[in-house]
Amino acid sequence: MEEILEKARRVSQWAEVYSVSRQETTAVFEANRLKQVHTRSGSSNALRLAKDGRIGFATANRKDSTQKLVDMALETAAFGATARFEPPSGASYPQVEVYDPGVEAIPIDKMVEIGERLVARIRGASPDILCEASVSKAVFNIAVRNSTGGHSEYKKSIFSFGIEGTLIRGSDMLFVGDGEAACFLQMDPEPVASAVVLQLRRAERLVPAPSGRLPVIFTPEAVAGVLLYPLALAFNGKVVLQGASPLGNKKGQRVFDPRLSIWDDATVPLRAGSRCCDDEAVPCRRNALVENGVVKSFLYDLQTAAMAGVASTGSASRSGGQPRPATSTVVFSHGDTTFEQMVKDVKEGLVVEQLMGATQSNVLSGDFSGNVLLGYKVEGGEIVGRVKDTMVSGNVYEILKELAGIGAERKWVGGTLLAPPLYCSNLAVAVKS
Amino acid sequence: MQDRMAAALKGHNADYVEIRIEETESTYLEYRGPDLDNIGRNASLGGNVRALVKGAWGFVSFNEPGDLRKWVELAVAQARLAGKESSALAPVDPVQDIVEPVLKASPASVELAHKKALLDEYNGIILGTPGIQTSNISYGDSQKKVIFVSSEGTRIQQGKVDVSARFTAMARDGSDVQQCGLSLGSIQDFGVVEGLQAKIADLAKRAVALLKAPTAKGGEYTVVCDPILAGVFAHEAFGHLSESDFVYENDRMRQIMVLGKRFGQPHLNIVDGAAVPGLRGSYKYDDEGVKSTKTYLITEGVLTGRLHSRETAARMGEKPTGNARAMNYQFQPIVRMSNTYIEPGKTAFDEMISDIKEGIYARNWYGGTTSMEMFTFSAGEAYMIRNGKVEEMVRPIVLTGNVFQTLENIDAVGRDLEMSQGGGCGKGGQMPLPVSDGGPHIRIRKCLVGGK
Repeated sequence: MEEILEKARRVSQWAEVYSVSRQETTAVFEANRLKQVHTRSGSSNALRLAKDGRIGFATANRKDSTQKLVDMALETAAFGATARFEPPSGASYPQVEVYDPGVEAIPIDKMVEIGERLVARIRGASPDILCEASVSKAVFNIAVRNSTGGHSEYKKSIFSFGIEGTLIRGSDMLFVGDGEAACFLQMDPEPVASAVVLQLRRAERLVPAPSGRLPVIFTPEAVAGVLLYPLALAFNGKVVLQGASPLGNKKGQRVFDPRLSIWDDATVPLRAGSRCCDDEAVPCRRNALVENGVVKSFLYDLQTAAMAGVASTGSASRSGGQPRPATSTVVFSHGDTTFEQMVKDVKEGLVVEQLMGATQSNVLSGDFSGNVLLGYKVEGGEIVGRVKDTMVSGNVYEILKELAGIGAERKWVGGTLLAPPLYCSNLAVAVKS
Repeated sequence: MQDRMAAALKGHNADYVEIRIEETESTYLEYRGPDLDNIGRNASLGGNVRALVKGAWGFVSFNEPGDLRKWVELAVAQARLAGKESSALAPVDPVQDIVEPVLKASPASVELAHKKALLDEYNGIILGTPGIQTSNISYGDSQKKVIFVSSEGTRIQQGKVDVSARFTAMARDGSDVQQCGLSLGSIQDFGVVEGLQAKIADLAKRAVALLKAPTAKGGEYTVVCDPILAGVFAHEAFGHLSESDFVYENDRMRQIMVLGKRFGQPHLNIVDGAAVPGLRGSYKYDDEGVKSTKTYLITEGVLTGRLHSRETAARMGEKPTGNARAMNYQFQPIVRMSNTYIEPGKTAFDEMISDIKEGIYARNWYGGTTSMEMFTFSAGEAYMIRNGKVEEMVRPIVLTGNVFQTLENIDAVGRDLEMSQGGGCGKGGQMPLPVSDGGPHIRIRKCLVGGK
């Protein structure tokens, strides 16, 4: 890393190296039994530099490719974006716990045991079900170092497991599933197992779906699947700068339900999206996106922030290419209505857990339309069975403007979202006759 | 390298072992609005070992090959830990071959300056269109060398080239944002991204027109799909069901997908084949070293074939089809599609719409997902059909349905055929894998359309 930085520094205005190495082991269950064990190991270096005022970028993973990396970065710098910033020189970072030595230490046979317990528990509730499950541990070493004196490195662990069950009756297929991911070792699969068993129980009967404009309750899983992606785009400083965010000119305005607050918070301890610094070595912090319904701030990396004339929010994230603003750990405020109270309140409507294809519409506008992959009909205040062949359509901003209720209990979904169930009073539901 | 790989496999003590090593170089450019937002180059080397012991797999990926024997031992130990039954792999003859890409114009020999100038021009066309708010363009090309050596004596070296681009134009009116997209790709010709000026101008104009377009009312319609959307249907709705890894261990799925069962009317033929040359999903050998084929999934409305890896073929007592593919060295090969399409039929477009009182003409692709029997896919463009005529534009629609009913409900198959080469398929965390799909215009009765 130092060698790359030293070589690059000599031919550029500034240079920055981002290195990540990882070690990951996964036990995979197919058709109810252990089928594969994988190990993935690897490391890579990303070099970003400024030459004649322009940004160049390259990545390589070979130890012997230092010169090539510098050459490739210089080649792209001839055409790159104008550099509007300098990398940070030294900073103090918050203490954010993201490593549990227990994750690195757990032997593979213990991981297999967790998977076996999950599968056995689901099959106990539904003997004909076919389960796919995986149990995974990963350890990352992440380092950012630049020629302007900035340096940060940390170690992160992720332990995760999940299960998906498929139950086929005649030509009808039912899909259930749940999972967990966090930085700490979680040996007890019971919360995940009981969530899936509850799905199976609620879905036991297939009932005709209602149609028209109806109340719909989104579980935290549906909040993750339907609402999170359009919101993450709308609060992305890059999309705002581009003028493509529907919230871009709404800062300081009340756009959402006044009971709703949303944060992007990389400093929540031991969560999959958490970290002490972002991928440009800028310290992470808790960013309020929405406070009591009012749009508070957008997420920025260094370049985007400089172009927008604001400061980086510590939200730079990389997925192979140059850093971009992205959400880390998204936290919704909770309300005071329990899920049971929401259901009780519905005369005729739906509970949606999974909406297939929801985010393949025009996500920027907030419009969504998806087929209920897992969802239930509510009749007279009770869940009466599962529905299928049902389209639910709406607009994220219309829904969140005025909610009929915000759940009192929140749930972690996918390790990066903490959300309550949301109760929407009026959504379009179309049914195949 | 091949000799080192073969030597590392000696005395492996497993039912089967393979080593795959890949060297890749890639270049990418991305625009957001007027700014070239991301430009970069990548050089990577990596490999993996996959071992089979008593019916279970061990898989190890790495990027410093170093002592290959060490990785072989780890993969075998992991397979042994999981293996409790018996292994099955459909037999294939060992192959020794070197496959060079067949190139018309290699993207690697085009100067970065030329790529940038071309994309600058396209971006200028989009941004210069009145009513356009912004643009997104992403371009990428790569060249790969993949060496595959197995414990059965197969040694294959394949060169692979890929170029792809996606252009998106976004129009805005107040808080209403509408967009139109175009995706392209090729495994042999940089030329696919040249000369697109007229298409891009049209794309930008359509995005602006969408702002004024009404939303179709949700409900059941007769829907006519263009070749691109017909291809998405062939791929998303039906193709994934033909991937045998969903089927082979699932007795009920095997009953649903039994060969010889009627799925559609006699005008329906659906094909997948990496052996169909020159398309984005074409290759000579898959990532298990099996020679590619052309497989009729549906012949005259009847299920006649499915896609296999060596393991699924053996478990189902069928022949391997060469459809085991891995996105890169960090992944193991799984059953994937290649080039999937509906074969042309006999109905002219005018005839297809002539007796539709109220229906939808859906064009272009926006996205699609499937969960076996159910599918949803999004059209990028849509028009109402009234009294046998294509009328006003409506906003993009989402189509959904049960695949078996929908296959039955395809009541007309057009005479044309067009392949879409810009697709990237995702499955099992491996995305985007280059594929192509296509077909003629098709008409679907009673198709559920989402809307307000």
